[in-house]
Amino acid sequence: MTVLSHLRRPRRLSLAIAAAVLGMVPLVASAEWTLNMREGVTEISHKVFDLHMLILWVCIAIGVVVFGVMFWSMFAYRKSRGAKASKFHESTTVEIIWTAIPFVILIGMAIPATGTLIEMYDTNDSEIDIKITGYQWKWRYDYLKEDFGYFSVMETHQDELYNRAEKGEHYLLDVDEPVVVPVGKKIRFLVTAADVIHSWWVPDIAVKRDAIPGYINESWTRIDTPGTYRGQCTELCGKDHGFMPVVVKAVEQAEYDEWVLAKQEKAKEEFELQSKEWTLAELTERGEAVYAKNCAGCHQANGQGLPPTFPSLVGQGLAVGAIEAHAEIVIKGSPGTSMPAFGGQLSDVDIAAVVTYERNAWGNDLGDMLEPKDVSGLK
Amino acid sequence: MSAVIDSHHHDDHHHGPAKGFTRWLYTTNHKDIGSMYLWFSFTMFLLGGCMALVIRAELFEPGLQIVAPNFFNQMTTMHGLIMVFGAVMPAFVGLANWLIPMMVGAPDMALPRMNNWSFWILPFAFSLMVSTLFMEGGGPNFGWTFYAPLSTTYAPPSVTFFIFAVHMMGISSIMGAINVIATILNMRAPGMTMMKMPMFVWSWLITAFLLIAVMPVLAGVVTMMLTDIHFGTSFFKPEGGGDPVLFQHVFWFFGHPEVYIMILPAFGIVSQIIPTFSRKPLFGYASMVYATASIAVLSFLVWAHHMFTVGMPLAGELFFMYATMLIAVPTGVKVFNWVSTMFKGSLTFETPMLFSVAFVILFTIGGFSGLMLAMAPADFQYHDTYFVVAHFHYVLVPGAIFSIFAAAYYWLPKWTGYMYDETLGKLHFWLSFIGVNLTFFPMHFVGLAGMPRRIPDYALQFADFNMVASIGAFLFGTTQLLFLFIVLKCVKGGKRATASVWEGAEGLEWTIPSPAPYHTFATPPKVN
Repeated sequence: MTVLSHLRRPRRLSLAIAAAVLGMVPLVASAEWTLNMREGVTEISHKVFDLHMLILWVCIAIGVVVFGVMFWSMFAYRKSRGAKASKFHESTTVEIIWTAIPFVILIGMAIPATGTLIEMYDTNDSEIDIKITGYQWKWRYDYLKEDFGYFSVMETHQDELYNRAEKGEHYLLDVDEPVVVPVGKKIRFLVTAADVIHSWWVPDIAVKRDAIPGYINESWTRIDTPGTYRGQCTELCGKDHGFMPVVVKAVEQAEYDEWVLAKQEKAKEEFELQSKEWTLAELTERGEAVYAKNCAGCHQANGQGLPPTFPSLVGQGLAVGAIEAHAEIVIKGSPGTSMPAFGGQLSDVDIAAVVTYERNAWGNDLGDMLEPKDVSGLK
Repeated sequence: MSAVIDSHHHDDHHHGPAKGFTRWLYTTNHKDIGSMYLWFSFTMFLLGGCMALVIRAELFEPGLQIVAPNFFNQMTTMHGLIMVFGAVMPAFVGLANWLIPMMVGAPDMALPRMNNWSFWILPFAFSLMVSTLFMEGGGPNFGWTFYAPLSTTYAPPSVTFFIFAVHMMGISSIMGAINVIATILNMRAPGMTMMKMPMFVWSWLITAFLLIAVMPVLAGVVTMMLTDIHFGTSFFKPEGGGDPVLFQHVFWFFGHPEVYIMILPAFGIVSQIIPTFSRKPLFGYASMVYATASIAVLSFLVWAHHMFTVGMPLAGELFFMYATMLIAVPTGVKVFNWVSTMFKGSLTFETPMLFSVAFVILFTIGGFSGLMLAMAPADFQYHDTYFVVAHFHYVLVPGAIFSIFAAAYYWLPKWTGYMYDETLGKLHFWLSFIGVNLTFFPMHFVGLAGMPRRIPDYALQFADFNMVASIGAFLFGTTQLLFLFIVLKCVKGGKRATASVWEGAEGLEWTIPSPAPYHTFATPPKVN
């Protein structure tokens, strides 16, 4: 949190203008204005930070020399000071020198950069493998050896986005379920995407990998300090690109083990729900939550959508047509449009719930329901 | 520049310009076409600038207040496309039209009728592209780099019009480039050997070859998109065995030379202006030519540094990292040469010189951040953040665009026959200089702190610098209306310009009267 964001709006504005008018100096003086890259919490992120600082200082040093000569020339050789122009216009020696020196500096920078890069590419001997899949606009995490997975969706409320509610401390950077990892273990990320290209980035661990449909990219980390580390999607992926944060929670091994057990238990319960007898009310209730998490981004909380790209579900189209066709588009998606196939994303129960909800919400009151056991037949 | 039409021409041609609109529609005169290119480019600059201001207004504070995210994406996309293809490139082509024949002592461009066509394609191409904003589903919203499959399977229906517009721009650019090459290689005055050509001509010759090499690649990539969307191919569709990364390779094989297309002519311009106001010949002319050519060659070998995070093999990452770092060497040579030209000169700081000096400083800062971005491990932290936005705006705005302002002030007296208002020119410079730095310098900070680019809303820790950047953007944007005023004022009248205009100016264009007659060098001059 910055100091300024606590202030009332006019005050912030006037401060910012003052800062703008006075130039960058007062900004640098204030520690609240973050200026530099984060050092992060892994060995790799420290190396990247050191590399960044090395190049930065090299650039500053070159800048001081070059701009120094330039400003000196602008000061000392002004015509108004009576400067007479020399006529020299070439010197092979000088030109060879200033071709050679940068070359040597570049080699000096390439060596540490190469070393760090080789380390970043070494994904061998991982202890935990997490498959990360980018969706429009959420992340899915699958723990491959532990055999469970879940979606992670931004939790910041729409009211905060539209300035109807006070913005929380982790505005835009909070998710419902973070990626949980143990400290001190080598974790391999397998990054891919289901629709368009996304990019998974957590600055504090210096991992950024594009999530590309049809590709599985690899990266790895070993976090030393427990804590919560936040990042965002960094590849433009459509309208809610700014709203798919990444949250990594690094915990002690014991806490991690407990969390894995609970997750596995929950997956089992979800599976058992499949054979349960559902009532319309139960399904609608569950469906509302599923809808809010998976559908409201496009079709909106009130079902009206954002036509023509995201059609309305209220009183028209498949949502009030034959129930099989309705379920089918949810399961298989609509190729060539933004409607994804939810068959692989949601459980049978959730698909049944959301279809039932859509048919009975916003005045669609059709009164019919889709049973979870019927969903598998439609897949 | 309408002042060109007044009848001060001293040659013995019978026909001057035609009257009315048909003059501009049918013209084959390089000066008329140059002026039209420049006015077109300025119009696009203002339009793209308005879109930038929509973006900066939305980003003034956290939260969604002015535009919806999808429209925000259309603004970032159209801003980029319009500035790259509509503002910067046509401005350089306009300058090439006006200046290359006068600099090499030719009566006109080699292919005047094609020249007319090159220009007149552009208004149609851009009308088509801008009209997509009003179509159902909106305009392009996938970024100016239009990565598939966001720009194919997931694109709004208007993407087809976007593709057609890009094809038209490509044809225009290729024809313009052929014309430049044909003119420079065939129409130089006797005695104007290659190594006597002004640096602006050299840099444009090299740029034209880059254009011919890469515009067909752009046409190819958009055609592959077109067939993916409409004809069932799967170039970029993974579900059909295609490859989204292929798109990026082909796009950046065009895209990286493209960024040099937007900066090499700028190098040429400041290499003309700095010697004039230093009253001293350009230091290391030959090495400037070789450095420009080296940059052009290297530009074909570095494209994948835009793609360090796509998961290339280690060897690929290393190759593109080293190749990219190498570009710093010839670029450094150019900067050192400009500084050495100023060293021990006799300097004055008229507006063109102010813009050129600012160009050297701020372009170099953009070069430094470019060098940082070349380091693949560090790039994982910089990639697709505001640090990149800061980097390419430093090389394009106080880089390319400042050089265009410098050129406009430098040659305006030659074009119009009048001196521009020096006081207002300097005011324009200082306001632009402050505005540009306020806008783009803080972007380095928010980028390093972790703000991704192309987001309509941001976390609270980025709020303060974003507010500063937005204030700077509005300052820079409104200042450009002052430039319009200065140019119009200069076209209408003012102090009469002499033939040589500037005390230290050298070159054939300064041997003809100001304003330059409608037809120049009907008989080639002799160059010693």
